[in-house]
Amino acid sequence: MSIQIELPHVGESVTEGVIGKWLKNIGDTVEKYEPLLEVVTDKVNMEVPSPFNGKLTAILVEEGEVVPMGTPIAEMDADGVDAGEVVKEPETKEETSSEIIAPASSAGIFLKDVKPVGPTGSGEEPEIPPDLLAKLGSPEAQTTPQKTDNSNKVRYSPVVKKLAAEKNIDLSKIKGTGLGGRVTKEDVINYSPTDSAVKSTTTGQAPVIINAQEDETELKLTPLRRIIAENMVKSNEIPQAWSYHEVDVTNLVLLRKNIRQNFIQKEGVDITYLPFVIKVVADALKSNPLLNSSWGGDKIIIKNRINLGIAMAAPHGLVVPVIHNADTMSIAGLAKYLKNLIDRASENKLTLDDVQGGTFTVNNTGALGSIVSQPLVNPPQVGILTTEAIVKRVVVNKDGAMAIRDMMNVCMSFDHRVVDGAESGNFMRDVRDGLQKLGEDTIIY
Amino acid sequence: MATTRGNKKKSSEDLYSAPELSKLGLTQEDLLEIYSNMLLIRTLDERIWMMNRQGKAAIVASCQGHEAAQMGAVWALRTAPNAAYYPYYRDLAMVISAGVKPVETLCGFLAKEGEPFSGARQFGNQGAIPDLGLYNFSNVVSTQVTHAVGYALASKITNDQTVTITTFGDGGASQGEVHEGMNFAAIHKLPIIFFCENNKYAISVPISKQMAIEDIAIRGEGYGMPGIAVDGTDPLQVFKVMKEAVDRCLSGEGPTLIEAKVERYMPHTSDDDDTRYRDMSEVEEARKYDPLKLLKEKLMKNGILSEEQDKEFQNEAKKEVNAATEFAEEAPFPEPDDFYEHVYSEE
Amino acid sequence: MAIKSVIEAVHEAMHEEMIRDKNVIIMGEDIGARGGVFLATQGFVEEFGESRVIDTPLAEAAIAGIAIGTAIKGLRPIAEIEFADFIWPAVNQIIGEAARVRYGTKGAVGLPMVIRAPYGGGIRGGLYHSQSVEAYFAHTPGLKVVTPSNPYDTKGLLKSAIRDNDPVVFLEHKKTYRLVRGEVPDGDYTIPIGKADVKRSGTDISFISYGLMVHYCLEAAEMLQEEGYSVEVVDLRTVRPLDAETILESVKKTSKALVVYEDNKALGVGAEVAAIIAEEAFDFLDAPVTRLAGPEVPAMPFAPTLEDEFMVSAEKIVVSAKKLLEY
Repeated sequence: MSIQIELPHVGESVTEGVIGKWLKNIGDTVEKYEPLLEVVTDKVNMEVPSPFNGKLTAILVEEGEVVPMGTPIAEMDADGVDAGEVVKEPETKEETSSEIIAPASSAGIFLKDVKPVGPTGSGEEPEIPPDLLAKLGSPEAQTTPQKTDNSNKVRYSPVVKKLAAEKNIDLSKIKGTGLGGRVTKEDVINYSPTDSAVKSTTTGQAPVIINAQEDETELKLTPLRRIIAENMVKSNEIPQAWSYHEVDVTNLVLLRKNIRQNFIQKEGVDITYLPFVIKVVADALKSNPLLNSSWGGDKIIIKNRINLGIAMAAPHGLVVPVIHNADTMSIAGLAKYLKNLIDRASENKLTLDDVQGGTFTVNNTGALGSIVSQPLVNPPQVGILTTEAIVKRVVVNKDGAMAIRDMMNVCMSFDHRVVDGAESGNFMRDVRDGLQKLGEDTIIY
Repeated sequence: MATTRGNKKKSSEDLYSAPELSKLGLTQEDLLEIYSNMLLIRTLDERIWMMNRQGKAAIVASCQGHEAAQMGAVWALRTAPNAAYYPYYRDLAMVISAGVKPVETLCGFLAKEGEPFSGARQFGNQGAIPDLGLYNFSNVVSTQVTHAVGYALASKITNDQTVTITTFGDGGASQGEVHEGMNFAAIHKLPIIFFCENNKYAISVPISKQMAIEDIAIRGEGYGMPGIAVDGTDPLQVFKVMKEAVDRCLSGEGPTLIEAKVERYMPHTSDDDDTRYRDMSEVEEARKYDPLKLLKEKLMKNGILSEEQDKEFQNEAKKEVNAATEFAEEAPFPEPDDFYEHVYSEE
Repeated sequence: MAIKSVIEAVHEAMHEEMIRDKNVIIMGEDIGARGGVFLATQGFVEEFGESRVIDTPLAEAAIAGIAIGTAIKGLRPIAEIEFADFIWPAVNQIIGEAARVRYGTKGAVGLPMVIRAPYGGGIRGGLYHSQSVEAYFAHTPGLKVVTPSNPYDTKGLLKSAIRDNDPVVFLEHKKTYRLVRGEVPDGDYTIPIGKADVKRSGTDISFISYGLMVHYCLEAAEMLQEEGYSVEVVDLRTVRPLDAETILESVKKTSKALVVYEDNKALGVGAEVAAIIAEEAFDFLDAPVTRLAGPEVPAMPFAPTLEDEFMVSAEKIVVSAKKLLEY
């Protein structure tokens, strides 16, 4: 039985996928559940399994194509599938003579030139001219209304359009405070052009295509690169501010040096600075819940769970797996789990669960040597924190004496719609204090 | 089907004799006037049907067979200081007798500009001419009866010596508002005459299917007023009972119900085909008692009318109706420039 | 200035006009010796006599038809229909005849008459003492239809109706008869028919309403003010002709319109108001024009819980308004 295979729906907000590598060719025999192709979504890579045993007969989409969930992507001859079970048989087209099907919108014929006589219109029975008679029941009499698809139109209310035209405002630049992010009349009235200085791009715009010149080389976009690029554009719409703090991690460095060997022996995994950072950040988020939220258009949605995304480099690009409920794990537990994530990321084995649900992101840019970074907030989150390289510096302590300390900068970008300087300052201070408190007394289990 | 045609109220006196005539307060000139008018009206009536058959008058309603009843009523009302008429669509003879001119009627049926009842906004004879005391607002059957009662109430309150008549057919007599009107008028002894022209058909529904009684007149007693049935083919019979009713109105004794027995020679309106519900032999039989014919016979018998005079009347009638037809045909249709006027008093 | 109820305002208006113009007469069931079942004509028959204050038989069609007849003669009849629920037999005369007389006689005859009736629910009146009937009359050119909400407007508008040379259907919400009181000047004043009135000024949303609902709208506006919203309340006062100018001026200012009426929603007076706004104020709208009105059941039930389900209330108005305010 020939059947169509559709791109399956996955994840709460995933609406489309980029077709990756086809793992089977036309004519191949496939087993039920055997992967047919790879698909990349903005969350994760996934494989689409075969729904039946059988033979792949057609491939309907190409690698690199962006395809909405539910689109037919392949056809196969499925074994042991009965004709009547799976697929509905097409209806036979023979017309039964006993059935009279009325035309879709038939209003009959109006004999407008026949003069009425009096209120009951009595008089001779009017004759229908033969050419009109022929029209009754003809296919031209039927009209089927066309359904228009309005799902993707952006709607502005009449007064919004009017005011924007009067004030010469580009409506796409205004952030709406109405229901579902709608631009309201007040938004237009209150709008001042300086608001839009930072962000000049809009989502949903078609990318500008530029071709390489003679002395240039084109690098084809991988599906992942395409998704990362879109995400960065979305991030750009968030009004972001940034600051950084210096943190004295001398005691933390000492602590790690002291416990590292034992830990590796006992647990079989290394313990880096990252588990400590994660623990401190999770605690700081508990005390500063506004940093663990997202912008809801006309409200702020505070997340009850602390799910920290940890940015890391995977073979094909940046991925951000999530440690769910990071605040409930011990430092040791975080170290072990982190290793597990890193390993799977490097092997492209992260699952959809691994990458969904993050509420805040941590990025160890210091591993690459930077001492200051300006990260981009990962939408729909409200904050992202980087830990920079640990560098020995001469510092002046509160007694006025000079000392050589291990210093690490901690940088944060945040959504300024949700968080102001005060809240971000409090949070950063809590992070700094938390990190500076780490030392020989810290319990890692 | 059986009819009660023979059931006319015949009186014993010969009202056309000189002594009876003077008792009624009428003269021979009055009789000739009645006759010549009846002739004119009949000529007009036949003309409007011709107009309809030519497609020039969209709908016409006729009074052929009713003339004597309507004219007898009008002559009686002329004896009152003031009269107001609330007729129905079949009262062509009544409105002409009340002062409407044949040319105006023809303009009405042809829907021409200048028509006095409604400016051609309604069917012919429909609307109002307050100067003549004519109020005939609508085609909804019998709504005029309570209007007439209200008018009579106002007359009583203002004590202005007006006698009001409202007419309706046997069909119209079944409407609830007629009963409500008669009830109210009797309670307050209003100066109003309820005049029913019973031609035994409500379009196609015969009298036997309209009521369980034979004389509509007996309903008067049910409401507390005199109810009198009369031979509607004889104008003087009608005049006599109407005069008594007028006097009762003016003396404050209250309303009267008069039922004039008549025949309808034509279909209900030009929109009707009466061959579908009655035998034409019925109409042929009825025409033997044509009020026009009967009146001529009586006048000739009493030496009031001669053949030459009759011919003269006929020629005059034809001349007037012909001139009226010409005028009405030439007259323009009304322009819609005042289409929105007169919805409210401010316009 | 004296505080009076709506029914007192009705009484006062008719009383003053009966004195002012001898052509004014009143007819209806129980309006004479009883003084009217709501006491609207208390004392009238004693003062003006039976020729001007007429107790009629139980026959609504006749009441209306006879009133028409007196108006033809130049009297100024006020015909009372005891409850609007019983007006249907009189529709033959009011809509079928009275509305069309001036037009159908090309101005030769006009009818300076008033037909008054108590209407509306919320008084445990059940299916036949609670109906709203204004939509049927408001749909008819040739009639004027007035629906005041308070004593001051009632007296001024009823006087105007009695002096008007056209048939006026004057509908008094029976729940406001005794429950709405306000300052009413003694002596003569009129309010023009066809002019709406802004009962409360605001900037965030317009409530457009008439009758009892005006008071619930004002109550809802107070509740919303506590949440920081500024609500404008427009009292139509007359539903035919509608004061489009005032309605549009309000909606152009606030950009949001909630049309509130007690009557069944579909094809009611509020539907016409919404259509006018949509047609003439489109460029000023920041939210859909919305109607809040009675449900699509034939009439208002008797049991209190069922009646409350039917009736629009201040709380229901707040809920609907919020949807627009937060749009």
